[in-house]
Amino acid sequence: MSTPQPRPLPNGGQPVQREPQGNLIVTADRTVSTTCPYCGVGCNLQLHIKDELIYKVTSDFEHPVNQGNLCVKGRFGYDFIYSNKRVTTPLIRKQTQAAGARTQAFDRSEWREASWEEALEYTTDRLVEIYQRDGEHAMAVYCCAKATNEDNYLLQKIYRALFRTNNVDHCTRLCHAGSVTALLKSINSAAMSNTAAEVIDSDCFIITGSNPSENHPIIGLQMKAAVEKYGSKLIVIDPRKIEMCDFAALWLPLKPGTNVPVFNAMAHVIVNEGLVNREFVEARTTGYADYVKTLDKFTPGYAEEISGVDRNLIIEAARMYARAQRGMIFWGMGISQLSHGTASSLGLIHLAFLTGHVGRKATGLNPLRGQNNVQGASDMGAMPFFYPGYQWVDDETNAQNWEQLWNVEPGGLNRKRGLTTTEILTHAHPGGVRALHIMGENPMMSEPNLNETRKHMQQLEFIVAQDLFINESGAFADVFLPATSWAEKEGTVTNTDRRVQRVRQAIAPRGQSRPDWEILCDLAQRIEARLGRPNSAHWTYNSPAEIMAEFGKLDINYAGVTYERIERHGLQTPVPHNTHPGTPFLFAKDFPSGRGKFIPVDYVPIMEPPDEEYPFILTTGRVLEHWHGGSMTRNSALNEIYPAPVVEIHPVDAAWANFTDGQPVRVSSRRGSVILRTRVTEKARAGVIFMAMHFAEAAANLLTNDALDPQAKIPEYKACAVKIEPAAEQDLPHPDVTTERGRW
Amino acid sequence: MVERSPCLGLCDQAPAAMVNDQALGSIPVGVPAAVIASKSLAKPAVVGGSLRHLTRRCGTGTTPVLATYVADGGYSALTKAIQQLTPAGVIAELKASGLVGRGGAAFPTGVKWESAANASGAEKYIVCNADESEPGTFKDRILMEDDPHAVLEGMLLAGYACGAQRGYLYVRAEYPHAQQRLAAAIAEAYAGGYLGSNLLGSKFCFEIELRSGAGAYICGEETALFESIEGKRGFPRVKPPFPTTAGLFGKPTVVNNVETLCNVPLIISAGAAAYRQHGTEKSPGSKLFCLSGDVARPGLYEVPFGVTLRTILDEMAGGVSGGTLQAVLFGGAAGAFATAAHLDVRMTFEDLRKADLPLGSGVVMVFNHTRNLRTVLEGLAHFFAEESCGKCYPCQLGTVRQHEILTRVAAGHARAGDSQLLSDVGWTMLDASLCGLGQTAATATLSAIKLWPELFAANGKAQPAHTP
Amino acid sequence: MPATVTLEIDGQPITVPTGTTLLNAAALAGAMVPTICYHEHCTANALCRLCVVEVEGARVLAPACVATAAEGMRVHTRNERVERSRRTILELLHSATDISEAPEIQLQLDDYHANRERFGNCEQREPEIIDDNPMFIRDYSKCILCWRCVQVCAADAQFTYAINFSGRGFETSISTFFEQSLTESSCVFCGQCVGVCPTGALKPKREWLLEQGQAPADVLAATRGPGKKQRARK
Repeated sequence: MSTPQPRPLPNGGQPVQREPQGNLIVTADRTVSTTCPYCGVGCNLQLHIKDELIYKVTSDFEHPVNQGNLCVKGRFGYDFIYSNKRVTTPLIRKQTQAAGARTQAFDRSEWREASWEEALEYTTDRLVEIYQRDGEHAMAVYCCAKATNEDNYLLQKIYRALFRTNNVDHCTRLCHAGSVTALLKSINSAAMSNTAAEVIDSDCFIITGSNPSENHPIIGLQMKAAVEKYGSKLIVIDPRKIEMCDFAALWLPLKPGTNVPVFNAMAHVIVNEGLVNREFVEARTTGYADYVKTLDKFTPGYAEEISGVDRNLIIEAARMYARAQRGMIFWGMGISQLSHGTASSLGLIHLAFLTGHVGRKATGLNPLRGQNNVQGASDMGAMPFFYPGYQWVDDETNAQNWEQLWNVEPGGLNRKRGLTTTEILTHAHPGGVRALHIMGENPMMSEPNLNETRKHMQQLEFIVAQDLFINESGAFADVFLPATSWAEKEGTVTNTDRRVQRVRQAIAPRGQSRPDWEILCDLAQRIEARLGRPNSAHWTYNSPAEIMAEFGKLDINYAGVTYERIERHGLQTPVPHNTHPGTPFLFAKDFPSGRGKFIPVDYVPIMEPPDEEYPFILTTGRVLEHWHGGSMTRNSALNEIYPAPVVEIHPVDAAWANFTDGQPVRVSSRRGSVILRTRVTEKARAGVIFMAMHFAEAAANLLTNDALDPQAKIPEYKACAVKIEPAAEQDLPHPDVTTERGRW
Repeated sequence: MVERSPCLGLCDQAPAAMVNDQALGSIPVGVPAAVIASKSLAKPAVVGGSLRHLTRRCGTGTTPVLATYVADGGYSALTKAIQQLTPAGVIAELKASGLVGRGGAAFPTGVKWESAANASGAEKYIVCNADESEPGTFKDRILMEDDPHAVLEGMLLAGYACGAQRGYLYVRAEYPHAQQRLAAAIAEAYAGGYLGSNLLGSKFCFEIELRSGAGAYICGEETALFESIEGKRGFPRVKPPFPTTAGLFGKPTVVNNVETLCNVPLIISAGAAAYRQHGTEKSPGSKLFCLSGDVARPGLYEVPFGVTLRTILDEMAGGVSGGTLQAVLFGGAAGAFATAAHLDVRMTFEDLRKADLPLGSGVVMVFNHTRNLRTVLEGLAHFFAEESCGKCYPCQLGTVRQHEILTRVAAGHARAGDSQLLSDVGWTMLDASLCGLGQTAATATLSAIKLWPELFAANGKAQPAHTP
Repeated sequence: MPATVTLEIDGQPITVPTGTTLLNAAALAGAMVPTICYHEHCTANALCRLCVVEVEGARVLAPACVATAAEGMRVHTRNERVERSRRTILELLHSATDISEAPEIQLQLDDYHANRERFGNCEQREPEIIDDNPMFIRDYSKCILCWRCVQVCAADAQFTYAINFSGRGFETSISTFFEQSLTESSCVFCGQCVGVCPTGALKPKREWLLEQGQAPADVLAATRGPGKKQRARK
C-alpha cells in the first residue's frame, strides 16, 4: 500500500516530471507517415521522432492496406538505419582491384574515405572508360526492388539513355520471373490481378508456394480473418506445414517441384466432373480444346504417385475451388523458383481460367510480390526486356517514344533485349560485361550457387556499389556510394497489389549519405558531360515528384498518379488519367492479350533429384524476423530474436539420421557446404529440409542449384539435393544458441 | 492442507467443512482440522414445509434409483409429453402454468423455451445451471442428491420442447456428492432408455453430459457458465445476444436452474391448472426456502407462494435462536436485509418487489441480536471482492474498494464520507456492472445503509452488536 | 427488419440505421459519450462501463458501445445517475492504476469532477515492469485491463493467442501462458498490442529507455545484444 501521488498531465508537448523516479514522458518532435521498407504488402507506418531518433512506430488504423496492423519488422525493425556499421561517407578501395583477382573488403581499413566529388568523378571515369573502350554490352546494372520508383526509373534511364544498354535487371528475376513469364504469355500482364485484402470476400482461396504469415504477415492475418471470421475456405498446397495450414480446410503436402502434376490433376478433376465454367472459357479464353487433351494422363492417381499428395485431397481441393462463387489463388516463390517455374505458374493460371475465377472482386491470379517495391521497379523498366510500362525494348515505336522523351537521337536507344540478372554475372568475362553498377542489391547472397557467383564477381573490371552497408557484394566494389535509407528520402513505392504510396523523409540524412535519386542525377550529369552528348536527357529535377511526372508521360499506368493524389492512401495502378480512381482488380472485361491463352504444360522433374549420396531435398525461403540477405534485419534488434541460422528437419528424418534438436550439422550439396544447427520440427516435410536465405555465415545459396528455367531464366532455388552430416560445436560459424521459440 | 472456501452450500449445517470431498456439517468451532476430518458426515438435510411437491422425495436419507423413481410416477411427464403433446404443446402448458425461473431473475420459463424453440438452427442446447453458489442456498444440492432423476426429466422435457439434442448439467465442484448421484442417475437413464436415441419409441434423441465447475461463483452466471463449458475462462458475456439465440457454443440455448427444471415434470404431469392451485395469481406454485443462521431448525422448506416470512421463520424453522431477531438477509450475499418490520411480507414476487426485497434464490439467513452486522457486511464484501471475475471496471474495482471500506467500518475506523462512498460505489456497481454479480455485489450494503445509517458513522465505535 | 429506427437522445429525436450502437447514435445526435476501453478497430466488450447511458424503462444503465438503438428508445447520455457512475468509475480506476500516461482519461477525470483522492490510502496494482524482450516492455502497473491487447493478439488481428488473463477480480492481469517470457510464448512480436495500448503499459523499449533519460545512441545499443552481428568473412 502506498499513498498515491498527484499525477500531472502531459504538459503541452513539454517533457514533464512524472512519478518520483523522475521519468520523462517522451513527446514526438514530429510524426511522419510513410510506407514500410520491408515486404510487398506496403503497410503504412507512422514514425515518431525525438531528436532524430525514431523511437516508436505506429500505423494508421484507417489505412486500406494494413488497418493499423504491422509485423515485427515494420514496427520494430527500422533500427538498421542507425547501425554504426552503416556507411555514410563515400569510399574508394585503397587497393586497385584487377579483373580476375578481385577481393572482398568488409573492413573499413581497406577503404579510404572520399568526397562525393571524388567518388562520383572516379565512378564516371571508370564507367565511361569501359563504355568507350568495349561498348554498351560491357555495361550492366542491378536496379533495386527496395529503392523508390523514381530511383529505379533514373537508374535504368542512365544505362539506357547514356550507356545505350538494356543490361538492366533486378531481383524480380530471382523471385517471380517464372510467374511473370507465364502471366505475360497467357494474359500479357504480370501484376497481381486483385487486391489482397479482398480475400475476406472470397469463398475459397488457395495458397501455394507461399508462406504469408511469415513473408507477407499482414496479408497473412487478413487470410486468417477470412477463414476465422468470414467463412472462407483455405486450401494450402505446400511442402511445408506452414502456419496457415492451421487455418486450412485442406492441406496438400506435395514434394517440392511437383506443382505441375498437382495443378493439372486438379484441372483434370474440374474438367471430368463438369465443373468447368463454360461461359468464361468460351468468352474469355483460347486453346481450351488442345489443352484439355493434354490433361488426360494427369489423373489424381498419377499426380499422387509423383507428388505424394493423396488423390482424394487433390479431388476435394479441385471441387472446393471450382464450386466457389469467388475463388482466389495466391502464390509465391514455391511456384516460380523452379527450373520449370513458368510451367508451374501456367498450371495455376489454367485453374483460374477453367473456373472463371478472374476478372471479378475476390478472385484472381495473385502472385504475392516479395519486396516493398518489386512491382514498382518492374513497372519502372528495371528489366532487360522493357522500358517503363512493360513496353518491349525491341519494339520500334516504343524505342522512338522514349528517344523523344529522353532527347536521344533517333536510333540511339538499343533495340536488343538485354541480359537478365543471372546472365549478367555469367557474362562477366573479357568481351562480356565489364562494369556493374549495383544499387541496393546483394547478388552474393541472393544468387544461386554462390561459389560460382563469387568467381563471376571476381571477373568484373569495375563495380560501383550504392547502398547503406558494405554487404557481401559491395565488398567486391571499387567505389561505394552511401545512400540514404528510406527514412531519409522522398519518393514512391508500389506494393504487391499495385498501390502506389509515398515514402517520406522522416529524419535528416545520416552523415554524408544522399538519396539515391540525387546521387543518380549527379552521376548522370557527369557521365553525360564526359560522353559529350549534344543533347541532355534531362537530369535536373527539383524533387522526386518531377521524376514521376516524367515517366507518367509515357507510362499510361502511372499517368494519373501524382504526389497530391496519393497523399494519404495511395492509388492502385493502372491510373490512366488524373481523375481515375485507381484499379482494385484487373481484367473485368478482357485481358491485355484479349483472350487468355491455355498453354499446355507437362511435368518436368526437378533438375537435381535426391539420390543415395545426397538423399534430402533442400528447399529455401525466408523467416518472419529476417529479410533477404540480412543487410537490414541482421543490423537490427530483430537479430536478437532470431540470431542464428537453423536447418529445419522433420522428426522422422532426424531420428533416421540420429540428429537431435539444436545439434550442429554440415549441410552439403554438390556446389557447397555450410554448418549450422538443426531445428527438428514437423513444419518440415519428411525428406525435405528447409533453410532460410538470410544468414551469410551459413548461406543457403551456397548450396542451391543454378539451373535456370529456360524461358524465365529464374533459378531453381526451391529444390536441390543435399546431404547432412554431424558437425562439431567449434565448427559453427557462431556459437550462438538459437532462441527457443514457441511459435512455428 | 486446509483452505478457506467462501461457500460449500451447507448453510443448513453450518459451520461446515469439506474433507477429502466429503461434506461435514455442524462441526465444532475451534477444533483442529485433523480432528474435524475424523468427525461424522453431514446429516441428512432437514426438509420440511407446508407443501411437499418438489421435495416429496427429499430428506429421506435415500436417493431413489430409477425403478423407484418410475414406480413413484417418475418419467411419466416425459412419457406424456412425448406420447400426447407436441413440443409446442409442452411450451403452451408451461406458459399457462406461469412458471418463472427460480435462479433469481424470475424470467417466465415458457417464454424462454419458446424463444429457443423458435430460434433458427438445428443445433440447440439445454443447460442445467447447477452451480448453486449463492451463500445461504442449498436447495438445488438437496434436489440433486435426493431426486436426481427429476432434474434429468426436467432437462429432457426442455430438450423435447425446444428441439435440442444435447444437455449439459453443470454442477459446482463443491457438490461431489450430488455429482456422484447425478452421474449414477444419468447412467441409469441411459440404460433404462430415458436418455439416448429414439426415446420411448419416438424420434426424440437426447444426451446429457455432466460437467463440474471449478469453484468460481461467477460461473453460476449463465453466460460465464457457457464459457466454462466451452473450456474458457469464466467471464460473463455481454447480453444481448441472449442465450436463447446465441448461447452455448453460439447456438440457441435454454439455461434453467435445478429448481426450475424440477417444477417442469410436476406441471406437465398434473397440468397447468392443477399447478396454479397453489401460490398466487402472479406467483403460482411452490417455492423452496433455505433457512439458515440463527434459527432453531435450519433447513429446506417448501411453501406455496404467498405465506409470510413470519410463517416460515416461526412456524416451520422454529423461530429465532439465541436471541431476538435483528436482521434477515434475503436472497443471499447478493440479496438485501430485512428486519422484524418485514415479518408480515408475503413471499411472492410481487409483494417482495414492493418491499424492495429480492426473493433471489430463496435464501433466508437469520441474524439474532448478538450478531455484529458490520462484521457480516465485511464478510459479504470480502466474498464479492474474492469472486469478482475482473471483467468490468465497476465490479473489478468496486468490490475491492467496498471491502476495504467495510473492513475499516467493521474495525471501528470509519471515515467521514464512507457512507456516501459506499453508496456511490454500490450504486455504480448496481447501475453499471456488466453482469448480475456486480449488479448485486452491493445490494446488501445499500440496504444496510438505508436501514441502519448509524453503522457507517465516522465516529462509530466498534460495537459488539447492533441493538435495533 | 426496418432499415432505420427513431429514438430520442437527450430529448432530441434522431433516426439512425438499424443496428447502430447508442455510442454512434449519440455522436450523430451531437452527444459525446466518453469511453476508455472502446477502440474502433477492436471488438467492443463493454468493460469500462464509462459509456453507460440511461435508457428509460431499463433496470440498469446500458453500455453505449454495444447497446443498439431501438425504436422509441429514450436515452439520457448524461444525467445525474449516469454522472455518478462515470465519476465513480474514474475515481476507482485512478485509485488502482497508474493512468498518468493516459491523457484522455485524465481529461475525463476533470470533466466529471472526479476526486483523485476519493479512496485515499488503498490497495493499488503495482507489479514490476517486465522487460523480457528487445522490442517492448510491459508495465502492468499502468494496465487498465481494456483487453485490447488480448483481442488484437487473438481474433481482432493477429490470431496468435500469446497473451491472455491470469488472476481474477482486482488481481486480474494480462499474462502469457504460465507467465512464460514472451520469447518462450507464441508471441511473434508484431506489436499490435503496443499499437492499441491506451496507457503506456505496453511501450516500445526505445521509447521507454528515452523516458529513463538515456541518450539516443545508448537507447539503440541497449536494444541490441553484444557482438552478435559480426558477419562471416571469407
